[in-house]
Amino acid sequence: MRRPGGADRAFLLEWTAVPVLRCGRPTHLPHLSAPFRTKAIPVSDTSPAPEAPTIDEASIDAAIDAALAAIAAAPDTAALKRVRIEHVGDASVLTSAHRAIKDLPKEQKATAGKLVGQGKGRVQKALAARQEELAAAEEEAALAAETVDVTLPTDLRPRGATHPLTTLTDRINDFFVGIGWEIAEGPEIESSWLNFDALNADPEHPSRSLQDTLYVAPEGSGMLLRTQTSPVQIRAMIERGAPLYVACPGTVYRADEIDATHSPMFHQVEGLAIDKDLTMAHLVGTLDAFAAHLFGGAPITRLRPNHFPFTEPSAEMDFRCFRCEARLGLDHDADPDCRVCGGTGWIEMGGCGMVHPNVLRAAGVDPEQYQGFAFGLGIERLLMLRNGVADMRDMVEGDVRFSQHYGTEI
Amino acid sequence: MPRIPLTWLAEHTALAPAASAQQVATDLSRVGLEEEALFGAQVTGPLVVGRVLELVKEPQKNGKTINWVRVDVGPEHNEDADDPKDPQPGEERPSRGIICGAHNFVEGDLVVVSLPGTVLPGDFAIAARKTYGHVSDGMICSGDELGLGPDPSGEDGIIVLGRGHAEGLTGEPGDDAIALLGLADEVVEINVTPDRGYCFSMRGVAREYSHATGASYTDPATTVDVPPAEAGGVAVQLHDDAPLHDVEGCSRFVALEVHGVDPSAQTPRWMARRLTLAGMRPISLIVDVTNYVMLDLGQPLHAYDADRVVAPIVVRRAAPGEKLTTLDDVTRTLDPEDLLITDSEGGEGARVLGIAGVMGGESTEVSATTANIVLEAATFHSISVARSARRHRLPSEASKRFERGVDPLLPRVAAYRAAQLITEYGGGQVSERITDEGGAPAAGTGTAISLPIGAAERVVGIAYTPQQVRESLEKIGCVVEDGPEDTLAVTPPSWRPDLAIREDLIEEIARLVGYAEIPSVLPTAPGGRGLTRAQQSRRAANRALAEAGLVEVTSYPFVGEGIFDALHYEAEDGRRNAVRLLNPLSDDEPLMRSSLLQTLLPVARRNLGRGEESVAIFQLGTTSISRGENARARVPAAAQRPSDEDLEATLSALPVQTRALAAVVGGASGPDSWQGEVPPWGWTDAFDLARRAAAAVGARLEVRQIELAPFHPGRAGELRVLAADGTSTVVGHAGELHPAVVAQFDLPARTSALELDLEAVIDSAPTVVAAEPVPTYPVAKEDFAFVVDEDVPAAAVEAAIVVGVGDLAESVRLFDVFTGEQIGEGKKSLAFAVRLRSAEGTLTAEQIGAARTRCIAAVDTAVGGVLRA
Repeated sequence: MRRPGGADRAFLLEWTAVPVLRCGRPTHLPHLSAPFRTKAIPVSDTSPAPEAPTIDEASIDAAIDAALAAIAAAPDTAALKRVRIEHVGDASVLTSAHRAIKDLPKEQKATAGKLVGQGKGRVQKALAARQEELAAAEEEAALAAETVDVTLPTDLRPRGATHPLTTLTDRINDFFVGIGWEIAEGPEIESSWLNFDALNADPEHPSRSLQDTLYVAPEGSGMLLRTQTSPVQIRAMIERGAPLYVACPGTVYRADEIDATHSPMFHQVEGLAIDKDLTMAHLVGTLDAFAAHLFGGAPITRLRPNHFPFTEPSAEMDFRCFRCEARLGLDHDADPDCRVCGGTGWIEMGGCGMVHPNVLRAAGVDPEQYQGFAFGLGIERLLMLRNGVADMRDMVEGDVRFSQHYGTEI
Repeated sequence: MPRIPLTWLAEHTALAPAASAQQVATDLSRVGLEEEALFGAQVTGPLVVGRVLELVKEPQKNGKTINWVRVDVGPEHNEDADDPKDPQPGEERPSRGIICGAHNFVEGDLVVVSLPGTVLPGDFAIAARKTYGHVSDGMICSGDELGLGPDPSGEDGIIVLGRGHAEGLTGEPGDDAIALLGLADEVVEINVTPDRGYCFSMRGVAREYSHATGASYTDPATTVDVPPAEAGGVAVQLHDDAPLHDVEGCSRFVALEVHGVDPSAQTPRWMARRLTLAGMRPISLIVDVTNYVMLDLGQPLHAYDADRVVAPIVVRRAAPGEKLTTLDDVTRTLDPEDLLITDSEGGEGARVLGIAGVMGGESTEVSATTANIVLEAATFHSISVARSARRHRLPSEASKRFERGVDPLLPRVAAYRAAQLITEYGGGQVSERITDEGGAPAAGTGTAISLPIGAAERVVGIAYTPQQVRESLEKIGCVVEDGPEDTLAVTPPSWRPDLAIREDLIEEIARLVGYAEIPSVLPTAPGGRGLTRAQQSRRAANRALAEAGLVEVTSYPFVGEGIFDALHYEAEDGRRNAVRLLNPLSDDEPLMRSSLLQTLLPVARRNLGRGEESVAIFQLGTTSISRGENARARVPAAAQRPSDEDLEATLSALPVQTRALAAVVGGASGPDSWQGEVPPWGWTDAFDLARRAAAAVGARLEVRQIELAPFHPGRAGELRVLAADGTSTVVGHAGELHPAVVAQFDLPARTSALELDLEAVIDSAPTVVAAEPVPTYPVAKEDFAFVVDEDVPAAAVEAAIVVGVGDLAESVRLFDVFTGEQIGEGKKSLAFAVRLRSAEGTLTAEQIGAARTRCIAAVDTAVGGVLRA
């Protein structure tokens, strides 16, 4: 290894060109740059001239014609270089003639000078033109020789993929953030109080049964796998109070066997808005905007009366089918064979309603001051509808082909 | 869920003429009765009345005898002439020739013929076909074939008008038999939410249909003739010693006797038909009537054989260990919470007759010889019935209704209605005495709800007129009176126990006026703070791994006990403290994963099993560690916000949960390529991917060698982050998997993996990335090669260099590792490229030399490394 003090001349040359201190690996030895080489050529200009040639029009014209012919005939830049040496080099007729001019009688100098000078000028010009022409052709040929087949596969390590449920959830979150809401989260193993009691679920409510809900052992642990992301709503109200505008996406669990449309684990997004004067009209407005974001167009939503313990009034929300004729409006009939809406023109999306006063009270919000709405949708269902996924199992079994198809977009 | 035959519905409300099942379902859904299914006409096509003109019995080789029959099916359907190659029996005249295997008919009988083109239940299409040597140009139908069930009078064979299924019916050849037999009835099956128990009856659904369409409605409960009767029927005692939630299990018990019923009396055809359409099987007149009245009014009824009941009837809770053989022939051990109907055979209340509101027992059931009956029409507590039905897995038609609440004013009405139907079709006498234990709740006992006139507008966003508010509530049966200060005092009807608070009434107003009227207004939120740093970071980590060539997958969090041994965890490994489920979906997988690799490795195996040749997958998922078997989350009252102490006791018991990021890579890192050999995924990738994910969230990982399952003992590392205060925390692990684990999960050799506690990694990232100066003075490059003992970690040498060079070190990077004879046994040479730069000026040779000297000394001190000559 070289010591820093051991810099040699090459080191200094490079130093002047590129300001890098360099020691060590020999692969980085400097090389001479082009200006040094061109500078070396004029040195021979000073060498003594051979005997003086004849300077008359005929001989000069002949020399010029010979030179131009040779230039035109040069097949490549290497040949052209030899032509240059032969016809305008030191030993050439023209250079010799030029050198001899100074020895001519004074009255001949002007004529001879003009004759030789103009002639040499023509030759130089022709040389330059030919040089350019040949160099271009040679570069073209060299590049042509480097042609590759650009249709060859280039993916040494193909790009991976995100799961479409993740991508869709991100999109949904972006929508809510876009309308000024925040994204709230909570644990999947949750307390029974947050999952049921605080949500006004009667102690006898069938959804609490072991057939529907997965509980943490032992019996009476007060813990379960959350069956909805609603406990996050309670957490958000307790932690942040009102006014509150949050969306709660997340994984939830039910004691369902897996089949084409059911899975014991799936994903939900719920929305909760609590403020002084929120009404069902605001619920409808939010759902309309959400449907437009997911499915495009100017979607139509519809509410149907329903019942949930945590909302009153409660509703089931339907989106007008976005696939068949029905999307064009209520005056258009659905395609009876539509795979998305089943010919009804409507797609069931989930439950919603005005938050029950008991829920607000349990979460420390005064129902006499504040009211609000909540809604929930299944993300798998959205993906199945939006992207035509036929089987729930494809989404949960972890087969890479399912995700790979989407890449990082949906 | 209830099935509503349209013709039945039309009895209580003015159903639009020609209303289709689809239209009725749409109308009902508008008021909250969701469509579950539609059942169209059961038979379509030319099903006609035919007269048997001629009949020839033809014995067959298989021992059967079949009938070759000439049938007159009316001028519209008859063939004018016989097929000369296959003439029909007897004198030629307009008719059709049909083969029939049944023998319960003779020439001259009127029968039901399905001509070619008819479609029978089960999508059975009728066509002319050659059979037993003739072309059978249609089929003579039996009750079974038309979906009517076995013949009510037990006759074997086809339907003959005037008998059995067609009792009392007659017609002319060619008449439409679909209408004649009532086979065109359409049925809507609806889904009834738990708050709307009254819609488990035609009475309730018809009311809702009138709400939806404005059609007129007659409450069938008001048209029953309830005669004034003396008390003193069968003695009944209500003895609930252990009421649930302080509510008497039976608040009312009506018993009404009917004597002298003809045990052989048949259920009228129309009633059997309606029961069938509603999804119930006709059994006998008495049972069918009790079911019919239940379906019509919503009051479950039970009929006892009066000659077998020993008074008094006692309603009480079960004694421990008491048993009952229910009608489904199962002997059940009763629970002390079960409410029982008993009689006094063998002592007062000694014999169990049934579980109240759920199912009866055999001992007093009506039989084929029963002539005297006691009808029971009671009001049972919904929770008591629900628990018993669930406990014994006996969801009966009665329990479904009691669970949701039955109108307490109905028992007497329903008992009389049933008694009257039984005597109408089976003869006998309704007793002049009736027992009504408990009695009807006094009128107006329900508390009035105070409703400000403007409350509905405030919640729904529609400016309802006071008239709309009042009318809507009156329509559903409320009594509405003026209250103080622009309020209404609203008393809900007896069949609406769900209406308890102001918001319940608002929902009624909103749905009667119509949800469709609600305008659409996007609320203006006060403005949020966007995604949190953690939420953004999770996306970044996820995307980083996808960009690196991995595919995100999902996996269920459920694992079996065997997974810990399969992954070679030590006996004391903390990851064995997994959360256990009380009721796992599969007994093989009762635990929740405590590490993401526990469920990701099986996913890797599944993918390989499905034909993938290599694996490069990752998942972002939750993991949990139990706080011990004794952890209990408190369940405070929900009437108000729990105290902070209660909340703490609720939340602190929850398992330790985090979001983990795990990846598994093995096999070729890409497809075979013309560019040369594709390197396999290996242990270096595991670390590199972990670092990339961390870098994507702005965090930096340090690696330390470690031995830890499920990794190769010599090829695993702990991943650590450094907090601002200098404490180093383990946030994950990476490395090559242990060969035994690789074999266990059928993975490619040298498969490697990583798992990070992503939340902890994100937490370790600085909130603000402070700027670094960008000096423009020249850089000096110095290379060093140190010889160290083989077990000295490269990271230790690197750290020593950084310390030695000090502030001048811009970067230090190892570029070569060399072992061999020149270096010596047990030694290795590590070559580093170091870039030196000062923020203050161009480095002089002396400064550079001094830095070299410090570096060499530091490595010598720290790890005993010697500069390689």
